Amino acid sequence: MSDHTVRRTRWSAVRDLLRACFATPSAAIVTIIAIALAAAAVIPIARWALVNATWFGDATDCRRAATGACWAFVRHKAGFILFGLYPAAQRWRPGIAAAILVALVVCTAMPRCWTRWLLAAWALGLTVAVFVMRGGLGLGVVPTQQWGGLPVTIMLTAIGLAGGFPLGIALALGRRSRRPVPRATATAIVEVVRGVPLIAVLYVAVLVFPLALPAGLSVDKLFLAQAAVIVFASAYLAEAVRSGLQLVPPRRLDAGLALGLGWWQTMQRIVLPEALRTVLPSFISIAVGFFQDTSLIVIIGLFDLLNTARSAAQDPNWLGFFTEAFVFAGAIYFCGSAALSRYGLWLERRMARVDPAMRVTRPLSLSVAAPPE
Amino acid sequence: MRRVALVLCCAALAACTSEAAPAGSPNGAGGGATPTLTAIRARGAVKCGITEGAGFATPDDAGRWRGFDVDFCRALAVALFNDPEKVQFIPYTQEQRFSGLQSGEVDLLANGTTITSSRALRQSFHFGPIYFYDGQGFLVAKASKATKATMLDGATICVQQGTTTELNLTDFARRNKITFHPVVMEDLRAAVSALAGGRCDAISQDGAGLATTRTMLQHPDDYVVLPDRISKEPIAAVVRTGDDAWLEIVNWVFRAPVQAEEFGIDQKNADQFQQTTDPSIRRFLGLEPGATDGLGLDPQWTLHVIEKVGNYKDIFDRNLGTSTPLAIDRGLNKLWTDGGLLYSPPFR
Repeated sequence: MSDHTVRRTRWSAVRDLLRACFATPSAAIVTIIAIALAAAAVIPIARWALVNATWFGDATDCRRAATGACWAFVRHKAGFILFGLYPAAQRWRPGIAAAILVALVVCTAMPRCWTRWLLAAWALGLTVAVFVMRGGLGLGVVPTQQWGGLPVTIMLTAIGLAGGFPLGIALALGRRSRRPVPRATATAIVEVVRGVPLIAVLYVAVLVFPLALPAGLSVDKLFLAQAAVIVFASAYLAEAVRSGLQLVPPRRLDAGLALGLGWWQTMQRIVLPEALRTVLPSFISIAVGFFQDTSLIVIIGLFDLLNTARSAAQDPNWLGFFTEAFVFAGAIYFCGSAALSRYGLWLERRMARVDPAMRVTRPLSLSVAAPPE
Repeated sequence: MRRVALVLCCAALAACTSEAAPAGSPNGAGGGATPTLTAIRARGAVKCGITEGAGFATPDDAGRWRGFDVDFCRALAVALFNDPEKVQFIPYTQEQRFSGLQSGEVDLLANGTTITSSRALRQSFHFGPIYFYDGQGFLVAKASKATKATMLDGATICVQQGTTTELNLTDFARRNKITFHPVVMEDLRAAVSALAGGRCDAISQDGAGLATTRTMLQHPDDYVVLPDRISKEPIAAVVRTGDDAWLEIVNWVFRAPVQAEEFGIDQKNADQFQQTTDPSIRRFLGLEPGATDGLGLDPQWTLHVIEKVGNYKDIFDRNLGTSTPLAIDRGLNKLWTDGGLLYSPPFR
């Protein structure tokens, strides 16, 4: 908005703010009322969360204090909330797996990493992460039923989006194809998936699907949930990609073809980079949405972050500290979502700086193709 | 929006499962074959369906399952493998449990399922022995001065969604010609805050749950569980039909802790009973053959169960008893010799 940068000291900014807030008598009254309302909301919360909170001890200490938050509960249960049913002595393993996935996501978020190596990094990173979580080759095997907490939430989101992305592009291209078969197929997939709630699919996948399988054969619940998230992410991403493709003027494709590039090459080097760039903000909101929607897997008895928080407050020794549990889990979700949103803003600003009109002057290589010389 | 979808989906699911139920029994009538046991041995672990609930099944700080139901599952693992860890716990909600069992995902349910005739007859399940006697009761504020359920005429009663609690309430009110105003709550937390805030006069649910609910209140001592039980909730393990040998194993493993308590054998003194001369105890502990030979288990499985999991009193006290925050009274779950209902057929 304001490209012209006015150099101001911090104090003059505060002075400007005060001046604006108390410019006229009515403005002053509004300001005072707003401050009073904010204080009325903040003070009881602060009293509960900080002043009267119990930080150490056990449930009886917390119940004695009674009026404040019981952070002793969170201190005590943080390990379980973060890692769920994973054996306590082995919690470093999901820790490492989660760190690998976060590193992959952070790396993917950096435009300078958008090279062909990214795919290899994902393949390697995922293999290592799943191996560390699952075990084998000398490392004790931990079945997926015991995976849980934050690593599962991160895994479902990251793998869901990473897996859904190429599928989504394929679906978007299919939907815009002139050939009837790919177009009908892609349209059907996207519309059906977007028309059905994720929760219903999880139910069917986990409760009805096993009844149809031969006796004794069972498919891993976490695997099914992950597959469902990938399919859903692909359908939602496909629509975002398609809206990006609509925005690319058809003459770009014509120009590419006229230069002697094939259809795939034109797509890969000209159309897709521009389309994907335009819709990056909607990718970010899809990502935030899926990060939170993974908590739906509680339905099928998996212990994601939200479910471990709930479960922690059912421990007979710490019964009923649901508020603290959900505040803790909520804070983690908030940090994750806020980080994603901030990244989205940063990316938009960076793109705008490259080209203020948000139009492509230089093809940005998002695909695995080498950047044009 | 999501709620609507959920309801629709549940309806669809109910339709699917009820259709699938008659044909869905993966074991069929095996005529002496025991596919469940074969599968358990091949997998090296029992798969036990549970439902989370304080004292009955909750993960502890280290992520290990603990609780009354959990211990009975561990008893099975000890009987089969002499190792309380050789069991996988599959948590279910109340809606999911039966399709989980039906599909063969678990070998049994030990999740607080009440035996009812329609469940036994319509759903092709068998129930094991009753291992917990419960009944629906009321939690009220002491200030209300109510000492029995019939004094709650005209009261607003909070109940949880998706249970038979409301039906039992209506039956009880009609029988006693009083009126209740049931308020259905999304979950227990909402009910607790409604009771604390005075929006409900009472909470009604199963007795064991009431003790738990009471500890969730900020001032538990201001509330009291009324002595009335307005329903019978006999809790038993559930297995699929058509696998009699597996059903017998579940039967006798669930009875062993009760019989052990009757003999006075507990986790601490079990070792001393190796030298006992009492013939019935010797048979029970497998020191003399004959009592449970047909089950195909280790001859000393009862001893292992008592040593590694405990007798009924050990299991109850550890998870629900007065030494725990739940402090549930044994009530009906005392031995028949102490005025309760627990009675094991003889191991002979």
